[in-house]
Amino acid sequence: MMNNKFLGKGIVIISALSVAAIIASLIFILFEIYSGGRDYLTWEFITGYPKEGMTEGGIFPAIVGTVLLVLIMSVACVPIGTITAIYLNEYANKKSILTKIIRFGVNTLSGVPSIVFGLFGLGFFIQFVGTGMDKVFSEPGQLQWGQPNILWASMTMAFLTIPVVIVSVEESLKTVPDDLRAGGLALGATKWQTIRKIIIPNSINGILTGTILAIGRGAGEVAPILFTGAAYFLPNLPGKLTDQFMNLGYHIYVMATQSTDVEATKGIQYATAFVLLICTFSLSFIAIFVRYRFRQKIKS
Amino acid sequence: MLTKKKNNGNSLKRKFRLSEFLAEYTIKSVSFISLAVIVLIFVFVFREAAPIFFPKEKKINTEEFLQSETYGEEPSDSSASNSLEGYSSLNGSGDVADFKNLTGKDWQPVGENPKYGLIPIFIGSLKVTVIAILFGAPIAILAAIYSSLFANKKLREFIKPAIELLASFPSVVIGFFALITIATIIQNIFGVSYRLNAFVGGVAMALAVIPIVYTVTEDSLTAIPKYMSEASLALGATRWQTALFVVMPAATPGIFAALLLGFGRAFGETMIVLMATGNAPLTSFSIFEPVRTMSATVGAEMAEVVFGDTHYTVLFFIGVLLFIITFIINAIAEFYVRARLMKRFRGE
Repeated sequence: MMNNKFLGKGIVIISALSVAAIIASLIFILFEIYSGGRDYLTWEFITGYPKEGMTEGGIFPAIVGTVLLVLIMSVACVPIGTITAIYLNEYANKKSILTKIIRFGVNTLSGVPSIVFGLFGLGFFIQFVGTGMDKVFSEPGQLQWGQPNILWASMTMAFLTIPVVIVSVEESLKTVPDDLRAGGLALGATKWQTIRKIIIPNSINGILTGTILAIGRGAGEVAPILFTGAAYFLPNLPGKLTDQFMNLGYHIYVMATQSTDVEATKGIQYATAFVLLICTFSLSFIAIFVRYRFRQKIKS
Repeated sequence: MLTKKKNNGNSLKRKFRLSEFLAEYTIKSVSFISLAVIVLIFVFVFREAAPIFFPKEKKINTEEFLQSETYGEEPSDSSASNSLEGYSSLNGSGDVADFKNLTGKDWQPVGENPKYGLIPIFIGSLKVTVIAILFGAPIAILAAIYSSLFANKKLREFIKPAIELLASFPSVVIGFFALITIATIIQNIFGVSYRLNAFVGGVAMALAVIPIVYTVTEDSLTAIPKYMSEASLALGATRWQTALFVVMPAATPGIFAALLLGFGRAFGETMIVLMATGNAPLTSFSIFEPVRTMSATVGAEMAEVVFGDTHYTVLFFIGVLLFIITFIINAIAEFYVRARLMKRFRGE
């Protein structure tokens, strides 16, 4: 029995230590990146353009590029994700094979490696859709849509983030009590009216959380945009959909691995990583908070 | 369900409403998009890799069109020659990606006699993934056990969001952290000759694997019916005995699923390995040598490749392999494990 007692204590202690290790590494990464970039984090860094061959200056174009990317992405992925979730939760017969196939598709989509999304963006959007559009709209021999640009990068990213939205919206649709559905229908509203006027307003939390999580994911992913539109350095901000763009994550990757003088820009790399980290971090923090508050509300 | 009941009532026959009809069918068709995307991904990644399987059916028109925007090198002679050789040569020499060349031991895509051997990069992917799982999974599973079985409610509500926050770390930031900090720490501890190696990549990858393994394990542990642990406690077992001998065995399929999903995630992850593993395509089993993974190969080389030539199609072929491998792993996790789990709850 003595041994057993030790074993029991041991398990509790080791598992507690694992939790501590995870949280410690979380804090360590944050601290390390903050302390590396602390001296460079100024207002000029956020709002300035890169100077002197990227060794000085700010990251404003990369921030704008990232924001534009996630905005265009959200326009595509939030409606598609929300509508799919509504179908799966409100219309679909849960036991039908069709529903199971769609659900399997969503699960599979969330497991596809992000680099494969990048290849897909290149093969589908640029080589197929873009080239096709050029044949129709552009003058012969001119490349306008059939090359990497912010639209195709955003669309690629949208496909990657659809499952994030679906999962989140579905979760909140499930918390809408059936009484509300029955009440709406009993008062003579049609199914679509019930969904539009009662169910969607009641699950707006989930749609919001899903959007925030998708934006956080889209802002952080680099692999899908490596060859669908991100650029190392551009003198101008993207003005139209066929422009390429700079991106925070891509900026870090290029500066840390491809730049000619990696040491000289180390501070800028840290500071850029910190800005990106704070963006994704605060977004998921808000999402977790909204969800938490929402759960509390449901319980009470 | 509710409308169906209403329809069955005699007096309440549903009128045909255009708006209802449109809403339902629009919603239904939009929800097929995610399914369609899966098919599209496979079709279009496969389409660009197709010349490997059918060397004769090279899409000449696409190629001509794209030659106008190649990076750097002049592509005309190389692609002309490789479509010729695609017809004739089966001896494995020249710029041809046939079975023999693809299963070779060397990955040297640039040069007079390019070699597209996938063995070293496959081993590279496997090596980093296994290190990540060995390193990350025990920590994640133990953490899940702690937060779902031992921790009190307040602590649990702190641990779960904290690990969700770790999941929100962009992989490029983890890669950067590995490149700068983890590599230095490991070099100081082990005194390795290559600063960036498979071990650094594996440790960094563990940070990406931990949240997913934790979440799935935690879910499957909390899904175990309460009566099982309550019965065990009522019989006089202690909390840890219950955890170890009752809850854990019941959740084994879920933990297995967590490992599979973690494996799939690590196998396909790109930015971390691209930045932290040194990217040398060596065939070795030492964990302290640089490796190049499949995903990193695509990420690093796609930007420099001539559109439509053999190297380009081989990179897309790697994409197809990555897609298929992760697809199979996820499908196993989904079907096999869920079926096992359900069976277990109903009583074998």
